[in-house]
Amino acid sequence: MDIPKAHLVDMYETMVRIRRFEERIRELYFADKLPAFDIAAGLIPGEMHLAAGQEPVAVGMRPHLHPGDAITATHRPHHVAIAQGVDLNKMAAEIFGRETGLGQGKGGHMHLFSVEPNFGCSGIIGEGMPVAVGAAMAFKARGTGNIALSYFGEGAANQGAFHESLNLAALWKLPVVFICEDNAYAISVPKASSTAIPDNSDRASAYGIPGVLVPENDPVAVYEVMGAAMDRARRGDGPSLIEIKTDRLWGHFEGDADAYRSDEFKEDMNVRDPLVAFGKRLVEEGVLSEAEQAAIKEKEYATVEAAIDFALASPYPAPEAALNHVFA
Amino acid sequence: MTTMTDRKLTMQKAIAEGIAQEMAVDPSVFVMGEDVGVYGGIFGATEGLLDKYGPERVIDTPISETGFIGAAVGAAINGMRPIVELMFVDFFGVCMDQIYNNMAKIHYFSGGNIKVPAVLTTAVGGGYSDAGQHSQTLWGLFAHLPGLKVVVPSSAYDAKGLMISAIRDDNPVMYMFHKGALGLGWMVNNPHATGPVPEESYTVPIGKARVAREGTDVTIVTVGLSVHKALDAAALLEADGVSAEIIDLRSLVPLDREAIVASVQKTHRLLVVDEDYQSFGMSGEVITTAVQGAFDYLDAPPVRVATPDIPIPYSHPLETWTLPSVDRIVAAVTEMVSG
Repeated sequence: MDIPKAHLVDMYETMVRIRRFEERIRELYFADKLPAFDIAAGLIPGEMHLAAGQEPVAVGMRPHLHPGDAITATHRPHHVAIAQGVDLNKMAAEIFGRETGLGQGKGGHMHLFSVEPNFGCSGIIGEGMPVAVGAAMAFKARGTGNIALSYFGEGAANQGAFHESLNLAALWKLPVVFICEDNAYAISVPKASSTAIPDNSDRASAYGIPGVLVPENDPVAVYEVMGAAMDRARRGDGPSLIEIKTDRLWGHFEGDADAYRSDEFKEDMNVRDPLVAFGKRLVEEGVLSEAEQAAIKEKEYATVEAAIDFALASPYPAPEAALNHVFA
Repeated sequence: MTTMTDRKLTMQKAIAEGIAQEMAVDPSVFVMGEDVGVYGGIFGATEGLLDKYGPERVIDTPISETGFIGAAVGAAINGMRPIVELMFVDFFGVCMDQIYNNMAKIHYFSGGNIKVPAVLTTAVGGGYSDAGQHSQTLWGLFAHLPGLKVVVPSSAYDAKGLMISAIRDDNPVMYMFHKGALGLGWMVNNPHATGPVPEESYTVPIGKARVAREGTDVTIVTVGLSVHKALDAAALLEADGVSAEIIDLRSLVPLDREAIVASVQKTHRLLVVDEDYQSFGMSGEVITTAVQGAFDYLDAPPVRVATPDIPIPYSHPLETWTLPSVDRIVAAVTEMVSG
């Protein structure tokens, strides 16, 4: 691997942090909803879309990011937000609906917004893609040297917003990288049942821009492809479309019976868990020993616990604060 | 306020002048939309801007409203002040997600941390047989959704001042101009569409109604082209000895409820003229405001002259019958004051 060690370590640490965050959110999500699952109950009410297994798509871009780069993510946003460095305490607090959250409890887990780092996400499929185009327009007009990254799922690639965004970005040669997180299922519908061609990356040719397929759920592969695409955008050579084959280890939302995926599919997916695979590889290649990885886990787990403690110790907003922030 | 002027402009030219003056002083302001550049806007709202500011700041877009209105959101939260045009408001159906789920809600979701200073300009209104997909006003629909300011100018003076206020506003502003109020040479002739406009830059505050005509017997609350119809109706009513006061709301959001209540307390009667569909819209909101704020003052039940709850029909007699008209306003007021 011709990658600086610091980048490999950073990606591993971030993957551990993401996975631990998702695990802890999952535990706390279910803790007060059982035995009878009630989606509105507990410390974290509402839908919860967790990204365990999709860490590589998020951490691979991380070493190439500059301050001020914009990211728009999806309804399953935690891994990308954490990888960009969104304040973990405020993010946890938002998920728990607290006054100290990113949006003071107005948005919740699908609507996380941060000014620095420059992050936003949305509960509507494909909604963030035109926003990334506009961010790139702003960066170009202002000459900031920044780029925009737009994350979306393979299900979103059949939305008009996908095609409109690619066309505009290509037409105006904007500094955007479009990243398709292909986890093979749009809730229950497999890609083969929704998409006329096997790989969305091939759709880039319709807009005359590079389309690159990353066939493995591997942070190193993502690192290399994203590095090239982000450099290209930053140079002023225009947008790229990247498709990464990834795995959603858990259901679409917590509480999803996940009966639409076969036992065999789920078994295979768990066997190729990217965090386990990356950890092994780092040991094999002498980058991080098992002991060093254990130390990283201890540190990252503590970081996640601190964020959750911060959230749980934070007050709820006053009910009438619901009226604030409709207008600036 | 600004100096008096003898210079007269159409509302269309006043809008374009307002945009041009803001572009001159604020490099973050840019314009994009379909046919806003070379053509100058189908309704002239961006006339002359391409020549002045070039294609980097006056951007002709593809027919791709989700794409470019969403892009306006992204630009607005990243340091720009986009003015983005939805050619006809009727076209909102192809891009509404970006307007009401995104543009209107990001500030709220972010707990006030992120601002979305975008102006969404759009042409509204009927009266020239353009049928049901190019003639609606729909301001009530947008006003219903939290997070959007909704501005509807009716005079050239207000159009310029409200445009400059909209551009400077840190919130998303829907700026809806009525095609029949713009003073376009190829539209129905409308003397009210031309008026004095100072050359210098000035603002008209968003959220303050204007008394377009003072009167004592009845209050007519309205907006957009219907202000002009109400003025014509008031002149006819005056000849019959009925004095009508006309409140031009100028914006639906914020709604100047105090102006409505104050006028009704003075005249004791209320007619709402609304070119939008009658039910669940502006007319009901204005009447509720008056009933809650001036119930004891009312001498008659409030009345409304609006577009009935039907699609706007094409054929001239059908459309003329459907939209609010001077005749319908005169008849409604006459019945109210004689009752």
